[in-house]
Amino acid sequence: MEHYNLTIHEAADLLARREVSSRDLTQAVLDRIRQVEDRVKAYVTITEELALKQADEADKRIAAGDAAPLTGVPAAIKDVICTKGVPTTCGSRMLENFLPPYHAHVTERLLDAGLVMVGKVNMDEFAMGSSTENSAFYPTRNPWDLERVPGGSSGGSAAAVAADECIYALGSDTGGSIRQPASLCGVVGFKPTYGRISRFGLVAFASSLDQIGPLTKDVTDCALVMNVVAGHDRRDSTSAPLDVPDYTQSLIPDLKGIRIGVPQEYFVEGMDDQVRASIEAAVKKMEELGAEVDWQVSLPSTGYALACYYIIAPSEAMANLARYDGVKYGYSNTRGDTMWRNMELTRQHGFGDEVKRRIMLGTYALSAGYYDAYYLKALKARTLIRREFDAAFEKCDALVTAVAPTPAFKIGEKTDDPLQMYLSDVCTIPVNIAGLPAISVPCGLADGLPVGVHIMAKPFDEPTILRVAYAYEQATEWHKARPKL
Amino acid sequence: MAITREEVQHVAMLFRMSLSEEEIAKFQQQLSQIIDYFQILQELDTEGVPPTSNPLALENVMRDDEPRPSFPTEDILANAPRSERDFFRVRAVLE
Repeated sequence: MEHYNLTIHEAADLLARREVSSRDLTQAVLDRIRQVEDRVKAYVTITEELALKQADEADKRIAAGDAAPLTGVPAAIKDVICTKGVPTTCGSRMLENFLPPYHAHVTERLLDAGLVMVGKVNMDEFAMGSSTENSAFYPTRNPWDLERVPGGSSGGSAAAVAADECIYALGSDTGGSIRQPASLCGVVGFKPTYGRISRFGLVAFASSLDQIGPLTKDVTDCALVMNVVAGHDRRDSTSAPLDVPDYTQSLIPDLKGIRIGVPQEYFVEGMDDQVRASIEAAVKKMEELGAEVDWQVSLPSTGYALACYYIIAPSEAMANLARYDGVKYGYSNTRGDTMWRNMELTRQHGFGDEVKRRIMLGTYALSAGYYDAYYLKALKARTLIRREFDAAFEKCDALVTAVAPTPAFKIGEKTDDPLQMYLSDVCTIPVNIAGLPAISVPCGLADGLPVGVHIMAKPFDEPTILRVAYAYEQATEWHKARPKL
Repeated sequence: MAITREEVQHVAMLFRMSLSEEEIAKFQQQLSQIIDYFQILQELDTEGVPPTSNPLALENVMRDDEPRPSFPTEDILANAPRSERDFFRVRAVLE
């Protein structure tokens, strides 16, 4: 076992016992990046110098007896989260040279906890995509099969964790962007409740859906990162003014008294047989661990969630992306002869195809004559979807489904068919519509490719999700499977 | 197709974004396919259902209007493509 293979909790033990220094651990991760990065392409920016400086500071903190569980542990941050003075590109030409003048709230929290940042990781442009092929720079590859996508939009985060190019990573999830790549890369990915973590400094995509969360090698690490990044922040008025529990208290290895529901609608048409079998086996394992399982839960509006999402998310994105005008920051095209012409050219040449498609969809759905038929209708559908979840959670503590209907697909397979690409998020999108927390935990391999099981709970019931995820993980070996690189 | 070529151009201009001829043709076809898919929502009976715009059902969040330091002007202008003194510089808007 190499140092770069460590989990956060294993690394923290070795650091506390002074068996390894943060500098050695960081150097091991940087060496690992050097070894595999030209094949995986997980990173947009590697911050070697900064990481070593932060590692030395962490070592001083550890020597002074002032260490927290994340102190000195190398991490990667999705390139949609602001890091002061370090490029934050959002995977876009539009922000290729953008240096944030401030840190995101989560970056500040991690820095206070002793962050060692090894770099910023790749993503679909402005977090719009399910494969990381929409990065303006290069696609990231799945460490399990370099011909396949890592999922997206947090594909860089998931691939970096799976390839041991960092110990943990942060991602963001608007319709599945943490959970789907976690599933496809065989790591743990958690989208907390809408409002659980401040989005201050997260570049906005769809403001009623976006949430930040961790991607880690196991559930214990997930709880450790959540303990640091969760909580209220007055700079994000949508962050919840609620106390944050100690999430490690939820790491209980049995499921006695937990009621689990399996919604039938999530076994969608076209689901891979091996994925289906893995999910059913995972639920049976949860039953063995003491959970009471209802296999016949129904959420009848599930089939409408995708259409609902692809109206709401682009509508909000259109409003958020109107800030890119070539005047205040970012790419600027000045070949036009008027201010307006320059703005039009800046957007034409600064945004990639998928971002343009979503801007167009959102602008269309909000335009005169279509608002009621599309946008307002979608908001009403959102209410129905939410109500069905509320009813289900009166009878169940957790719902268990697949994360993605298939394992990782081939690079290029879906790039010419946007609707097919959108369908890869069919199981994860309803969670964002309803603002729920949900996790992806490794639960099998289909032809050698990872499969994740999806565990959802009611808003702010992260503890139940972590308990189910932890008990399941401890009773299986899937989280120990690693790609051969 | 659900959306005409003229509508594609109109929508792009509502957003102040120009598109090439190839992009207009491609987006007309792709957006039509996606908008056709949206029709599935018309099957849902939403009579009397209120819209949800925020999953937390938050009320307006208010705080006291207390003056506090903002970002230094030079930090903000550091990312500006063009600036002059304390201002962003653009092409003349008025003739």
